[in-house]
Amino acid sequence: MNEKVINNPLEDEAIYIFREVAGQFDKPVILFSGGKDSITLVRLAQKAFYPAKIPFPLLHIDTGHNFPETIEFRDQLVEELGLELHVHYVQDNIDAGNVQEEKGRYASRNMLQTDSLLQAIEKHGFDACIGGARRDEEKARAKERVFSVRDDFGQWDEKNQRPEVFDMLNGRIDFGQNVRVFPISNWTELDVWSYIQKEKMEIPSIYFAHKRKVFERDGMIWSAHDEYVFRENDEIVTEKIVRFRTVGDMSCTAAVESLAFDIDNVVEEIRESSISERGARIDDKRSEAAMEKRKQQGYF
Amino acid sequence: MINVLKQQWKKENNKDTSRKHTAKRFKMKENKDKVLKISTAGSVDDGKSTLIGRILYDTHSLTDDKLEAIKNSSKKKGYDYLDFSLATDGLVAEREQGITIDVAHIYFSTPNRSYIIADTPGHVEYTRNMVTGTSTSQVSIILIDARKGVIEQTKRHFFINNLLRTKEIVVAVNKMDLIDFDQEKYNTIVADFETLITGSEFKDQNVTFIPVSALHGDNVVEKSKNLAWYKGLTMMEHLEGVRLEDIQEEAKARFQVQTVIRPKTEEHHDFRGYAGKLKGGELKVGDDVTVLPSGRKSQIKSISFFDQEYLAASEGSSITITLMDDVNVSRGDLIVKSEELPKESKNITAKICWMDNQPLLASSTYFLQHGVKLVKSKIKSITHKISTDATGEIEKVSELNMNDLGLVEIQLAQPLHFDSYNENKGNGAFILIDSKSNTTAGVGFWE
Repeated sequence: MNEKVINNPLEDEAIYIFREVAGQFDKPVILFSGGKDSITLVRLAQKAFYPAKIPFPLLHIDTGHNFPETIEFRDQLVEELGLELHVHYVQDNIDAGNVQEEKGRYASRNMLQTDSLLQAIEKHGFDACIGGARRDEEKARAKERVFSVRDDFGQWDEKNQRPEVFDMLNGRIDFGQNVRVFPISNWTELDVWSYIQKEKMEIPSIYFAHKRKVFERDGMIWSAHDEYVFRENDEIVTEKIVRFRTVGDMSCTAAVESLAFDIDNVVEEIRESSISERGARIDDKRSEAAMEKRKQQGYF
Repeated sequence: MINVLKQQWKKENNKDTSRKHTAKRFKMKENKDKVLKISTAGSVDDGKSTLIGRILYDTHSLTDDKLEAIKNSSKKKGYDYLDFSLATDGLVAEREQGITIDVAHIYFSTPNRSYIIADTPGHVEYTRNMVTGTSTSQVSIILIDARKGVIEQTKRHFFINNLLRTKEIVVAVNKMDLIDFDQEKYNTIVADFETLITGSEFKDQNVTFIPVSALHGDNVVEKSKNLAWYKGLTMMEHLEGVRLEDIQEEAKARFQVQTVIRPKTEEHHDFRGYAGKLKGGELKVGDDVTVLPSGRKSQIKSISFFDQEYLAASEGSSITITLMDDVNVSRGDLIVKSEELPKESKNITAKICWMDNQPLLASSTYFLQHGVKLVKSKIKSITHKISTDATGEIEKVSELNMNDLGLVEIQLAQPLHFDSYNENKGNGAFILIDSKSNTTAGVGFWE
C-alpha cells in the first residue's frame, strides 16, 4: 500500500475543477481537438472520476483541415475510454452558406470554428464547455477566469467578469447562457509536457520530429499540403525534419525544425526554447489584439 | 537516417545544456511540482507591472517573440527604454490607457520551482481585486513609490493582507533610482511601515523590506551596485528562499464532498466513493469521522487518488474516500474527524468585502456558497462598516458599497458547519451570489 498521496498542486486543482463541473452543471462537454492540451484534459477527467467513466461527452469542431494523425488518435482514444464523441464540421456550415471561407495567402478556417461551436452548444444544450486553454498562452487569456460566463451569443465580456476568490467557483447561469471552463488555466506549456512525460501518455505522432514536405514563408515553416494550405508558385517545397509544438488547423499551425524524437527530447527542447508556443500560431499574428477580439465573439 | 540524427542530437544536446546551466541561471526548471503563488499590490504608477516584467526579463522567462512584441510596442509609444508593463497588460483598453484593469496571471519558473503571480490593479476597485488576488496567493508583494513613501493605499494593502492573513509579505520600495538610492529616505519608509506592523492585530507574519528599481533592474534578480549599502537579499533571492512548509497554516482536516462516485460497473459494483479536495490537516485510513450535517459516524475505509490506494492524504489533495458504513452522503456534505467538529449555526457573523455595483442591503437575500455548498441566506443587519486603512475605524451604515468592508449578521436557510477564518481559511470563507444577476457579489470571512 502507498504511504501518502503526493500533492501536485496543478493536478489537484484541475481535478477539483472537473468535479465542480460535474456538481454544478447538467450538460457539460469537453472540447476536444486531439491536441496535447485536450488529451491532458481527458487524462485529468479520468483521474477525477475514477473508477467511474468520464461523465461528459467530447465535442470536436472539425475544420476539415486537420492533420490525419490527430483524427486517428482521437478516434482511438474515444474507443479506448468508451466515450461519446460529437463532431461538428465547419464544412457543413460553409456548404449551408452560413459562413464564408477566407481567401488568399493566409486563408484559414480557424475563425470559422466559432460559428460551428455556438451551433453545437445550442443544438445539444451544453451548459458547460471544458477547454484546454491556458493563461500563459496569450495575454488576453491571462485575464480569463476558470469559470468564464458567456452570454446567449457566446460573447466574453472581459470587463465584467465574476471575481474568483479562494477556490470557490460560481457556475450559476441563466437559461441560454453557458460557461467555458478551463481546468488547466494555471499550467504552462512546460507543465503540460512534463505531465505527459510523467504520466507516460500517448500523443499524436506529429508532436515528435518527423520528415515532412514543407515550405517557408515569413520565417515560419508551413506544411506543404496544397489542398488545405495556400502556396504561391515561388514558395518552394523542401523536405525537412520538423515537429509541431501546437496542433490546430493545418492552415494556421507552423512547424518547427526539431530533432526531438521522443517525449524526453521534447521536454528538454521546451525548457530551452526561446520562442513561445503561440509564436507558431499564425492566427495570433494578425494583430496585437487578435485573441481578445476572437474571444469576444465566442471563440474559446 | 533518423536514428543517426537522434544520436547526434542527444550528444549535442547534452553538451549544450551543461553550458546553458551556468549561462542562464534561472532558465532550467526541475520538475518538482511545487508552485509558489504571489500577488502584487500597489497604487497606480507604483510600477507593479514593470516589476513583474523585469522579473520575467531577468529570469529569462520572456521568449524572443514576446520580447520582440515589447520592443515594438515600446518603440511605437516613443519610449527609449523597454516598457515591461506591456508584458502583462493584456486587454486593448489596458494598453491604450497604460493601466491594469483586471487581475492577470503571469507564470515563470526557476530551477527551484514554478511561480504564479496575480498582478492586481492598483486604482479603481482595488479592494475587490486585491482581495481576489490575495485569496489565492501565499506571498504578497506590496509596492511603495520611494518618492511618496507609506501612503493611504499602502495602509489599505497591508490591512487587506492582514484581513486575509497572508503570512509572507515583501515590501518593495521601488523607484530608488528617483531618490538617488538614498539610504536615509529608505530607512524612513521602513520605519513608517514598521509602525503599521506594530499597530496590526495579526502578528504571525514575516515582513521583508527590499529597496529596488524595477525599471532598471536593481535588486530585482541581480544585486544592485547602486544599493551597496543594502546587505539583504534581492527580491528573487528572497522568493526562492520562501519555504512552503513555513507559510502553510496548521488546520484541522475538512473534507467537503464535491461529487459522489458510483461507477455501477461489474468490477466496481458496490463502490461508493466521495470525491473532494482536502482542506487542512491530514486524513488517514481508519480515522473515526462524522458526516455533517447528518451527524452520522463512520470510519475511513479507503483513500485513493486515481487507481492507487493510500494510507493517508494531506491538505490540498484531490482524493476519493470510502467509508466503512453505508451512510447517506451527498454533494456539499462535510466529512471531519469526530474529535474535531466545526461550529454549527443558522445565524452567522462575518466580515464581508463587497464586490458588486449593487450595494448590499439589510433584509436582502443572496445565495451563500460555502466551499461547494450553496444555501439561501438573508442579511439580518449590517453591524458596521470597517475602514480599510490601518485605523480599522467603524461606522454605522445602512448599506455596503463596492470595495466596502463590513461586519454583517446573516441568517441561513439551513445550518452550515464552518470554522472561523483564522483557524481554517478553506472552511472559514464563503461567497455571496446575487440571485438575480448570478454574479459573485461579495466574499465573507467567518469571525
